[in-house]
Amino acid sequence: MARLNLERRKFVIPDRYILLIVTGFCILLMLLTCYTDAISMPLSMVASYTVVPFEKGLNTVGRKFEERLSELASLKMVMSENDELKEEIAKLKMENNQLAEDRYELNELRTLYQLDDRFKSYETIGARVIGKDPGNWFSVFTIDKGSDDGVTVDMNVISGSGLVGIVTEVGDNWAAVRSCIDDDSNISGMVLSTSDTVMVNGDLKLMENDEISFSQLTDIDDKVGAGDEIVTSNISNKYLPGITIGYITSVETDANNLTKSGTLTPTVDFRHINTVLVIKNLKKSKGSVSSN
Amino acid sequence: MRRKIIEFLIVFIAFILQCTVFKAVNMGGISPNLLIIVTAAFGFIKGQREGMYVGFIAGIFTDILFGNGMIGLYALIYSFLGYLNGLFSRIFYPEDIKLPIFLIVISDFLFTFICYILTFLLRSRLDLPFYLLHVMIPEMVYTALVTLILYRFLLGIEKGIEEKEEAE
Repeated sequence: MARLNLERRKFVIPDRYILLIVTGFCILLMLLTCYTDAISMPLSMVASYTVVPFEKGLNTVGRKFEERLSELASLKMVMSENDELKEEIAKLKMENNQLAEDRYELNELRTLYQLDDRFKSYETIGARVIGKDPGNWFSVFTIDKGSDDGVTVDMNVISGSGLVGIVTEVGDNWAAVRSCIDDDSNISGMVLSTSDTVMVNGDLKLMENDEISFSQLTDIDDKVGAGDEIVTSNISNKYLPGITIGYITSVETDANNLTKSGTLTPTVDFRHINTVLVIKNLKKSKGSVSSN
Repeated sequence: MRRKIIEFLIVFIAFILQCTVFKAVNMGGISPNLLIIVTAAFGFIKGQREGMYVGFIAGIFTDILFGNGMIGLYALIYSFLGYLNGLFSRIFYPEDIKLPIFLIVISDFLFTFICYILTFLLRSRLDLPFYLLHVMIPEMVYTALVTLILYRFLLGIEKGIEEKEEAE
């Protein structure tokens, strides 16, 4: 085609040169957006007014469809689950009584120590999940709240039961959230019972079993075991302390015999995540840039 | 100009479907790659230039919304795939569905493989067989299945555009 055009018309740039120009342009864009925010701002504006409104509409269709499918599939499960749950309710009632007692005691102690109730002071904003990463490698999703609603980068995202992830990009009316099961996610966590710190890493390999991995646990006394709760640690510089990540399913000693690693099951059901809460309080750290 | 606008709209719709409905109908967490289908199809139907154009748009949308702060990487990969598919436009016949399926599957493999190298291998995730079996091959198969349905549709649109162009 190009050659024919050359003969007939004046001058047409050959395709391979266009490819070269596109390549150069893309690399320039990559470098620019890597080091400054000058370009990503207007570009994210474009997304705010083109893609996001459509995603919002269409996602409701997708969600309805998914709900119908899972409704059919889960009906049988629900029947058997119902019986199990009834038993569990009885158990939980007992436990609840005990906890109510404990809580009473805790409140008393708190007033004694004049501790704040940390979690009540967090300001949160509800958001809907409107789109997911088009590829199959990462677990990044977009939500329908952005800088217009006061969402900024590095805000923690939770759902009712625990930590979902962290905001990585923000547009006017959307924000991208990297979930904690994402392969690129590293969170500084803490075993609640022993206060040992661990690194919680998302892993694509474990995603099929709905698990994530943790490493660098120093537990000399062998106190940590399956079922222990892992929360975000107080030394993390992006994550607010004390948010539940999940419960340990397995622990193994590393080859170096000093540290342990293993897997945990997150409390959040990442397969059916539709609404999330964004915590508007940012972790105050010493103006640090490093991750975790 | 009309061609460019229609192509833009097709990519746009494909992107939105990809992020919403196709993510909802995933099989075992794997969803097909519509953007690759559109990019490759316009490449081998219409040549390098259209392939690059469509690929660039598909990539830039991905970059802006999911690029993790770096814009341009996916645009570059998709543009190259569009160009490479364009090279096959000389031996492409609309009646034959074997070549399109083959090209789209190969393109999808190249795409996921490049993604693996750039985003996983460089972070020392070395277990290639696992990722091959659990991400790349399922995605290729699923994409090929979707191609069977979508290809005729894209070809129909392309024919429509060409008829309009000839009429002018």
